[in-house]
Amino acid sequence: MAVDQTLVDKLRTRFGDGVRQAQLEGLDPWVELAPDVLVDVCRFLRDDPDVACDMLNCVSGVDFFHADPKKAAKASWQPHVALVYHLSSTRTKERLVLKVTLERWKSGVPGEPPEVPSVCGIWRGANWHEREVFDLMGVRFVGHPDLRRILCPEDWEGYPLRKDYEPPQYYHGIRDH
Amino acid sequence: MATIDDARTVECDVRTDEMLINMGPQHPSTHGVLRLLLRTDGEIVSWVEPHIGYLHRCAEKIGENLTARQWVPYTDRMDYLAGMNMNLGWALAVERLLGLSVPDKVRHVRVLMAELNRIASHLVGMGTYGLDLGSFTPFLYAFREREKILDLFEEVCGARLTYSYIVPGGAAGDLPGGWLDKCTRFLDEFWPVIDDYHTLLTNNAIFIKRTAGIGVLPAALAIEYGCTGPVLRGSGVDQDLRRDGDAWYTAMYRDYRFHVVVQKDGHYPQDHAYPAVPAEAVLGDSWHRYYVRMLEVVQSVDIVRQALEKYQAAEDEWSTPIKVNHRLPEGEVYLETEAPKGQMGFYLVSDGTAIPWRTRARSSCFANLSVTSELCQGCLLADVPAIVGSLDLVMGEIDR
Repeated sequence: MAVDQTLVDKLRTRFGDGVRQAQLEGLDPWVELAPDVLVDVCRFLRDDPDVACDMLNCVSGVDFFHADPKKAAKASWQPHVALVYHLSSTRTKERLVLKVTLERWKSGVPGEPPEVPSVCGIWRGANWHEREVFDLMGVRFVGHPDLRRILCPEDWEGYPLRKDYEPPQYYHGIRDH
Repeated sequence: MATIDDARTVECDVRTDEMLINMGPQHPSTHGVLRLLLRTDGEIVSWVEPHIGYLHRCAEKIGENLTARQWVPYTDRMDYLAGMNMNLGWALAVERLLGLSVPDKVRHVRVLMAELNRIASHLVGMGTYGLDLGSFTPFLYAFREREKILDLFEEVCGARLTYSYIVPGGAAGDLPGGWLDKCTRFLDEFWPVIDDYHTLLTNNAIFIKRTAGIGVLPAALAIEYGCTGPVLRGSGVDQDLRRDGDAWYTAMYRDYRFHVVVQKDGHYPQDHAYPAVPAEAVLGDSWHRYYVRMLEVVQSVDIVRQALEKYQAAEDEWSTPIKVNHRLPEGEVYLETEAPKGQMGFYLVSDGTAIPWRTRARSSCFANLSVTSELCQGCLLADVPAIVGSLDLVMGEIDR
C-alpha cells in the first residue's frame, strides 16, 4: 500500500492529530507525523498486514535554515529540521515516506540537539541510520541504545550538515586547508 | 564446528582471559579502512564492534554546494568498484525529479554499462573473498577478466575507475566505433572462464569448509537491518529492484529477460547449468551470498548480450545531457537502484535553484555492515574475515 487517502484515513482514525498533514501529490507522497506518535505509527505500519513495511531503507535529516536574513525573509518555511523516513515492504514491494518536523535546536538553545523518539525498537537497522543523523545533522534520538557519532571522530564539535555549520579552523593542532 | 552457542562447552578446560583485539583500519581482510573491535575469549569472538568513518569525505555536504551535474564525479567515488552504477543511481534520481526520460539508445547503453560494471564488481568481490580465505589464485583470474571490462570502459569514457559517464539527461558520449565487436568478443572469452571460477572456488572443498554454515543470516534479520542486494537474496528473500523497484527505474529494464538470483522452493534459477549447492551450505550463510553473486554474473552476461542487440536495433537519436547549471524544479525525490552491492538510494531536496538543497546517499554497504555484530557473535576468530568478506563491502560507499 502506497501513501494514499485510504492509508491516511486509517492513520487518522488511529492516531488522530498525531497525523499532522499528508502530501498525496508529487513524486513521493508523504505523511507528516507528530514526534510522539512516530514509534506507534511505525509499529503499526510494520505489523499491519496491508502495509507490512518490514524494511527501513533510509533516515535522512534536512535542515531548513537560511543564514542570510534577506533569504530567510523570502523563504516559504519557518526554520526547522525535517526527518525523512523511507520505508519499504519486501512483501508488497511498496514504498512509504514519513516525515517528522522538529525545531532546529531544543528550546531554541543553539547547539542543543532537538529530540525525537528512536525507532530502533521497530527496526534494529535504524541504529546506524540514527547515529548518522545524530552525527551529521544533530538530532538526539531518545531511546537509542548507543547514540554516538559514527562517521566523524568522537570529539568532533558541531553538526556538519547544518546550514549554519562553521568548519573548525584547527583540529588537534592541524590547520584547515 | 561452525558456530558455537555456548563458548564454555568448548573452552572449559583451558582458562583464557577476555581480550580486546583491534582488526584494522589497515588490515588486508577489511577491504579498505574498516576497523573492527573484537572481544575474544580464546578463539571465540563474543562481540564485534565495527568502527567506520575513516574514508568520510563529506560527499553529502559537497553535494549541497554543487549542481546536479557537477556532483556526478562524487558519486563515482562512493562505490568505486561500480562507478557506473553509482552514476546511474544519481542520474535517474535527478531525471525523475525533472521528469526527463532518455531515448532508448541511451537506455540500452546504460544497461550495458551497469551490467558490465556489475560483473566487474562481483569479480572483485569473488577474487578478494578468495584472498581473505587464503586462496590467491582466484584473485588473479578475477582481476584478469575485470581488466578487460575496464579496458572496454576506458575506450568508452577514458577512465578506468571513476567514469562519470552516465550523467543526468543521458551519457557523456555514444559508443566508439568497433566497441560492440570488442564487447561481444569479451563475452565470448569470458563465458568459459566462469566455469574455471566455479572449479577454483565454488566447488573447492576448502572454500566450502570455510564458508558453508558460517555467518548464517536469517531472512527476518536481514530485512530488519535493511540488508539488500546479494546479502538479502543470499538469505532467500526474493527482491531485486531491477524487477521490483520504482517504475522510473524498472522502465530501464523493460523488455529485458533475466532471473532474480534467489533460492526459491529449494532451488536457484535453472536457466543455465550451475554448480550444485553443497550439502553443508545453509540458506543465508556466507557460501550462499558468494553463490548469488556468481550466478548474478551469469545473468548480467545474458543482459549485456540482449543490450548489445537492442542497442543496434535502436533507431532514435542520442540525447544531450543536462547543462552544468540546469535548474531543478522545487520538490524532492528519492530513488533506489539495484547496485551490485545492494540498493543504492539517492534523496534529493530542491528549493528550485540549480544547486540541490540537500543531497543524501543511502548506502547499501552501510546497512549490510551494520548487521556484522549480530553475524559474528559466537563465531571463531578466523571466521570473522570469512563473514565480513562475504558481505562484499566497499568503504568508500559506507563512509561517503
